[in-house]
Amino acid sequence: MTTSVTERREPAGAPPGSGSRRLTERVFRIREFGIIAVLLVFVAITTSIQPSFLNQQNLQFLLINTTVYALLALGETMVVVSRNVDLSIGSVLGLSAYVSASTFGHHPGIPILLVFLIGLGIGLACGMANGLMVAVGRVPSLVVTLATLYIIRGIDILIVGGNEVTAQTLPNSFTNIPRATVAGIPYLAIAIAVVIGIGAYYMRAFRSGRELYAIGSNPEAARLAGIPVGKRIFTAFTASGAIAGVAGVLWAAQYQTIDSTAGTGYELTVISAVVVGGVAIFGGSGSAVGAAVGALLLSSINSALNVLGFPQLWLEAIAGFLLLLAITLDRIISVRLMTALRRRSPGVGT
Amino acid sequence: MTAGDAHDGGIPSSGSAVPGGPPAPPATQASAPSAEGTPASEGTPASTATPAGSTGPASTPTPAGPAPSAQPVLALHDATKSFGAVHAVTNGTIDLYAGEAHALVGENGAGKSTMVKILAGVYQPDSGELLIDGTPVRLHNPADAQNAGIAVIYQEPTLFPDLSVAENIFMGRQPLLAGRRIDRRRMHAESAALFSRLGVKLDPGRISRGLSIADQQIVEIAKALSLDARVIVMDEPTAALSATEVARLFDVVRTLRSGGAAVLFISHRLEEVFEICQRVTVMRDGRHVLTSELAGLTADDLVRAMVGRQMEERAAGERGVAGEVVLHVEHLTREGVFTDISLDVRAGEIVALAGLVGSGRSEVARAVFGIDRYDAGRVVLRGRQLRRASPTGAMAAGIGFVPEDRRQQGLVMDMSIQQNVALASLARLRQGGLVRSAAERAFAADWAVRLNLKYGRLIDPVSRLSGGNQQKVVLAKWLGRQPALLIVDEPTRGIDIATKAEVHRLLVRLARDGVAILMISSELPEVLHIGDRILVMREGRLTAEFGHEDASEEKIMAAATGQLQEAS
Repeated sequence: MTTSVTERREPAGAPPGSGSRRLTERVFRIREFGIIAVLLVFVAITTSIQPSFLNQQNLQFLLINTTVYALLALGETMVVVSRNVDLSIGSVLGLSAYVSASTFGHHPGIPILLVFLIGLGIGLACGMANGLMVAVGRVPSLVVTLATLYIIRGIDILIVGGNEVTAQTLPNSFTNIPRATVAGIPYLAIAIAVVIGIGAYYMRAFRSGRELYAIGSNPEAARLAGIPVGKRIFTAFTASGAIAGVAGVLWAAQYQTIDSTAGTGYELTVISAVVVGGVAIFGGSGSAVGAAVGALLLSSINSALNVLGFPQLWLEAIAGFLLLLAITLDRIISVRLMTALRRRSPGVGT
Repeated sequence: MTAGDAHDGGIPSSGSAVPGGPPAPPATQASAPSAEGTPASEGTPASTATPAGSTGPASTPTPAGPAPSAQPVLALHDATKSFGAVHAVTNGTIDLYAGEAHALVGENGAGKSTMVKILAGVYQPDSGELLIDGTPVRLHNPADAQNAGIAVIYQEPTLFPDLSVAENIFMGRQPLLAGRRIDRRRMHAESAALFSRLGVKLDPGRISRGLSIADQQIVEIAKALSLDARVIVMDEPTAALSATEVARLFDVVRTLRSGGAAVLFISHRLEEVFEICQRVTVMRDGRHVLTSELAGLTADDLVRAMVGRQMEERAAGERGVAGEVVLHVEHLTREGVFTDISLDVRAGEIVALAGLVGSGRSEVARAVFGIDRYDAGRVVLRGRQLRRASPTGAMAAGIGFVPEDRRQQGLVMDMSIQQNVALASLARLRQGGLVRSAAERAFAADWAVRLNLKYGRLIDPVSRLSGGNQQKVVLAKWLGRQPALLIVDEPTRGIDIATKAEVHRLLVRLARDGVAILMISSELPEVLHIGDRILVMREGRLTAEFGHEDASEEKIMAAATGQLQEAS
């Protein structure tokens, strides 16, 4: 019987279940495929009514408008996947945008890279403060970031006073960042897409990334599995803050007039994008790519409603309605997924 | 056999390893004068040290396995763990040897779960010594326990529902490619290899949401295997399994043993313990009672060691005279929870509902009171059928319900004593739609005197009271409505002994005054002490009924654990 000890290593035969694995992966991807399909259908309908929706200028405008949201959605995804939420990103963006852009006025000729580092530093500090309170203080993230939303905005207002940064004080090399294109596609959009791709890959392919999903899926089990829950959550908030800091500098380059209201309400738009993009609001599943597509969909909706000549007053109501629709779809898909899995469960004894 | 039978020497504690140590009588309740301070705890550890290699002619086919090791893989000695004033474990001692399946048994509240959490690194013992391979260690968190080679399979599987089966197995320890990226292919292949070792078919790529409990446990076991765990703790793994699933699990346990792992197996089902384990440790009231080879023991011996108490004398003459039927429950069934429950409770009678935690007792009570729905059957109170799932209807018909968890469900902790007492009687204290504070106070003061409540001021928050006095407030709340039927779920849990006796006297007095009482309790002395009739539930069904003359702890435990035939 001692032989049973020796036969413990390598599997016998071919890797089993590779066929079914492909199927599962397909099922996994449906989440993003679904949202991409919604986006394509939406674009098709809009274009058939108003062909100018697809002209180059409008598309560029659309992509540039999406970049800041999509970038913020990356950080928010990391937080939401771990069953938390970061409501402070709009305020972080605002503070970072003003402080970084105002350095051009105080120190003319300052290297742009340094300005980005200033924004990054502000974001890091805010994110770490959030992370500490959630991970160490064990305060619910909803409460913590709701508080920091107001605190950071308050600091922003104190610093800005009645001032604003205007376009004249900003160097062209800075304000041109969102305008540069290659083959008609804004550089910035490509760069952001790459960053989001890297972020999504990190969350998918690295242990610490997967552990964020595990924490969101079952926090108690994550603790029992020996995952350093506090450390991971701290990291997620730090990353979200850092990203919001950088997004603030980009926001400044794009809008060029920065007062104390910059980024107000962005947190809700970004959370909408994340949820529309298929990230489960109670954590455990979804990807940054989906969230970015969600941001693109929200921007497209806004742009289309403009192009189609909908009265401005309708925009918010319709956007909210579409959000509800997307969440309903998400629910239907996950219910179907569950029944499909049940049916093909290789049930031994079930 | 009755509790008085001497059986010293009847149990071959084949160890006799301690030099000069007498073969200790494992179950010594026969000589124990009272529930507290049984000499068992001091006398027994002598029978512990038993190298697994000497397993002897065990009834299960023992694979040759690894060579017997002289020292235990894991040894916990004299561990204590308290939560505030509650001593969960006062003498936790267990030795596990490579290649053995070791049972840990005891009544509810004996400290088994606390022991599991100590071994899992979830709790840190207040004192005591944990040795792994003879070296003292401290487990500061679950990760430490994992690294020390201890894997725990909890009663409730702890999976990540959104993640794939393979990820669940390897979370935190995924095989890596260059650049520290996860090697999914290898992770899936290794998962598949683990499953084929366990002889099950599970797709490593599927999401774990939707897996049956049995399959979830298989995933947990695969996780333990992948850890190369040398100690695998299974906390009631069979509680939710069907017979075929249990058989499969036992095959797995045998495979683990032959691979040289030590399995700590916790179960209330003694027949399973005898089927799969070689040695057993019995705990009672947080203390180690005995450790012995299972060969030669009977289920009766184990039950006696688990119970180990002298019965309290019941006060004769305090009984009420059972009158008309107040509560009549007929074929009550809630799918998957309890099945075909029929019972009567008469005026002036205390009916005790005994059974293990999870046997469906509280669920029946909740269904009767209308908190939970039921699928079939009916509940009749004083001749009138109650609407299902309507606590308001149940209250109006005259049922009072003292729930198991008084802090969460029985009381509003931040409200004052008088408000809590008056809470269920507001309709009576109301004048013109408003509750007058004076009426409320008078009402509460009256009940405080009647129940001998110890309090500062009636306007103090109820959270300031001791557990026993809080329970009195809950009782007062319902007694104020003068119920025809009072359902009490674990009425004395976490209450000190003096107040416990007071609550008992109170219940008996209520019965004498003609109230019908249905009492759920896990404490057998309590059941025997004040129950006029004792019903026993096991796995959602009523399995036995005893009058208070012919009931004994052994018989009740036997019925509750499915060992009915042995209790003669």
